[in-house]
Amino acid sequence: MNSMAARRRHPATLVVMLLLGLLVTGVIYAAVDSGTSAQAADQKWSETQVEAGKKLFAEGCSSCHGLGGGGSSIAPTLIGSGAAAVDFQVSTGRMPLAAPGSQAPVKGVIYSQAEIDAMAAWVASLAPGPAVPSDAMLDTSKADLAMGGELFRTNCAQCHSFAGKGGALSDGTAAPTLMNATPRQIYTAMVTGPASMPVFSNATLTIEDKQSIIKWIGSLQANDNPGGLSLSRLGPVTEGLFVWIVGLGALIIVAIWIGVKAK
Amino acid sequence: MSAVVKAGGAVAEYTDERLGIAPFMKRSLNKVFPDHWSFMLGEIALYSFIILLLSGTYLTLWFKPSMTEIVYNGSYVPLDGVKMSEAYASTLNISFDVRGGLLMRQIHHWAALFFLVAMTVHMLRVFFTGAFRKPRELNWVMGAGLLTLGILEGFAGYSLPDDLLSGTGLRIAEGIVLAIPIIGTWASFLLFNGEFPGLDFIPRLYTVHVLLIPGIILALVTVHLMLVWHQKHTQYPGPGRTEKNVVGFPLLPVYMAKAGGFFFIVFGVTALMSAIITINPIWAFGPYTPDQVSAGSQPDWYMGWLDGAVRITPNWEWNIGAYSISWNIFLPAVVLAGAVFTVMGAYPFIERWATGDNREHHILDRPRNAPTRTALGAMAIAFYGMLWISGGNDIIATTFDLSINTITYVLRIAIFVVPPIIFIITKRICLSLQRRDHDKLLHGIESGNILRTPEGEFIEIHLPLGDKEKAKILGKVDHTPIALESDVDENGVANPKGRTARLRAKFSHWFYGDNVYLPTAAEIEAAEAHAAHEYHEQHSVIDDFRGLEVTSEPVLHSPAIGGHEPNAHEH
Repeated sequence: MNSMAARRRHPATLVVMLLLGLLVTGVIYAAVDSGTSAQAADQKWSETQVEAGKKLFAEGCSSCHGLGGGGSSIAPTLIGSGAAAVDFQVSTGRMPLAAPGSQAPVKGVIYSQAEIDAMAAWVASLAPGPAVPSDAMLDTSKADLAMGGELFRTNCAQCHSFAGKGGALSDGTAAPTLMNATPRQIYTAMVTGPASMPVFSNATLTIEDKQSIIKWIGSLQANDNPGGLSLSRLGPVTEGLFVWIVGLGALIIVAIWIGVKAK
Repeated sequence: MSAVVKAGGAVAEYTDERLGIAPFMKRSLNKVFPDHWSFMLGEIALYSFIILLLSGTYLTLWFKPSMTEIVYNGSYVPLDGVKMSEAYASTLNISFDVRGGLLMRQIHHWAALFFLVAMTVHMLRVFFTGAFRKPRELNWVMGAGLLTLGILEGFAGYSLPDDLLSGTGLRIAEGIVLAIPIIGTWASFLLFNGEFPGLDFIPRLYTVHVLLIPGIILALVTVHLMLVWHQKHTQYPGPGRTEKNVVGFPLLPVYMAKAGGFFFIVFGVTALMSAIITINPIWAFGPYTPDQVSAGSQPDWYMGWLDGAVRITPNWEWNIGAYSISWNIFLPAVVLAGAVFTVMGAYPFIERWATGDNREHHILDRPRNAPTRTALGAMAIAFYGMLWISGGNDIIATTFDLSINTITYVLRIAIFVVPPIIFIITKRICLSLQRRDHDKLLHGIESGNILRTPEGEFIEIHLPLGDKEKAKILGKVDHTPIALESDVDENGVANPKGRTARLRAKFSHWFYGDNVYLPTAAEIEAAEAHAAHEYHEQHSVIDDFRGLEVTSEPVLHSPAIGGHEPNAHEH
């Protein structure tokens, strides 16, 4: 003890202590965090699914993502992307990509759900990653709608707009409209963070939070308009366009009519 | 009928015996107004304002201008249990629990948009027809003031419900105040009584919105209309119309009926739109909290150009010691806005100085007859339009699948390039139309009928101009540019006003230099004599053929030539 006390002012002490601190923090963090990343293990995929997925992947995806899913100069690695990423990208028609661009456009879906599941199983077998939610996780019957609205306005509206109609991002990218998104796609998007979207892990937004957001988006999709026609819910731009063209147009036609009749 | 007349007479007599207003009423009710649809644009603004006062009063009965935080438990379920200000909660209450409340809110908001649209197009009409010229400059200034106040009033109304959109707008307003160098921070603290958003701004804004600005608008509208009354309405050039008369119809019964009817039509259209089309769905935006914002947050259309100016200004900022000067906000939102409103208000005086035109004008200019002014107006519209597009750049980007960066870069250039091009094109079109008028006076109207004389010559028959058309064209006032004064007088002494005079002459030349002068009376007379002669000649030819029947089937002559054509007739 005495010798250690003598060395405590050694120039290397600072470095050693710093490394020690980082190591302890890292170990504790890994121990605590393993709970969230271990969720991938919950998913049960059969061997046949993984095999079928590997084959489908080799045919449809490997030209860009590589035979082992390790990515290439034109496509990211899928090791650790998890089943949720595959499910979101393929079931929304974003993948396979027709051509590289600023953002994957939404096209027609070309794989069946069984095929998507198989590919998801194979990608999930490469390394643990975000898993596809179970039906119970997507059950929003007990979710709090008003809380969903609060969470949506805080976390989602700045890109997807208050009405879920989407919005522009930089350099030709855009937050898409949520009008056609299924609960499963909303969930997988939140846990994988496709394109410019941040990841909302279960530590950031709990499963209950996600359920309320899904419920809120569902209410936006139902699109109740107590005030009449919605004008696409794009805000004052369409209102202004409407009043100038239709509103003023109607009044000018009447004014011309009144002016002409006098002759 | 006689009973009605009797009753009316009794009322009139009763009033006259006490107020002595019969002579005034007689003069007023017989006052003549000219007739044109474009003279009714200002009426739309007036009627929208009346609708705003009526619907606004209804809303004040339930709206609570309070920032006190409460938990909402009203009938709109998606916001049940959400914390919000009383202002927002009472707006929800008006929308969902007050009978007719949502309709009234929508009437109020659509009428506000109509009010500003109508003021804008009314102002454009006045501008393009030169109705602001002497003696009506002061009424123009008042109109510019009304438009400015209308914009402020609209923005205040947009901000009151304290929903997420209006709070975002207020945040930008606060940013604009903060961007004013040196006093910005103090000014913002004064307005908001502390940090944004605070508890005091909404109640303060409410007083401004329901009392101060409407009061000033009402007073200005009254004076604006009294001046129209006193100075009499302008009229377009036409037969029998001079600078000293007004050709039209009396107020009673014609204009009473027309204006009254038009009021109900404006109200009807506004009510119809409000009944079937949502405007400002505040329930969908949610309550305002400073940590939330929605994509696609836009101001109402009349603020869109300023928002657009801010959006395309590069992010220039200076940090001098402890002070920041945000040129990116200050230049577009304070300097540009100030410059635009100043130039707008001062335009009649600028034009009068430049042209040296001190005459009174009661006959309106046709826009083509003031090409430089018309081109300036078109240029201003183009400039405004570019800023408008910038204001909606995000909506345009997502709707048309474009990159918002590209739109921004293109508009940064277009804002300087497009307006001058529009200026040149408009001026050329105006001058061409002047030349066409000139031609019409000298050669009449092309009838489109071609006459072949027995000698084989083809002539297009020109018809003489109608009296109406002729009066319209001859209503033009030809201006000559101010002559350039010499820098020195005859004794070689420098003219003290030389520089200004030179500038003014240059301006005047720029304004009027390209004018296509009307033909002289002698030229028109000669042209008419020539036309009469030609007409006579042509008609002698036509008379020769009178009595011949026109065949319905086209007959193809010289089959030898036409023979190789697949559709040629066989003879």
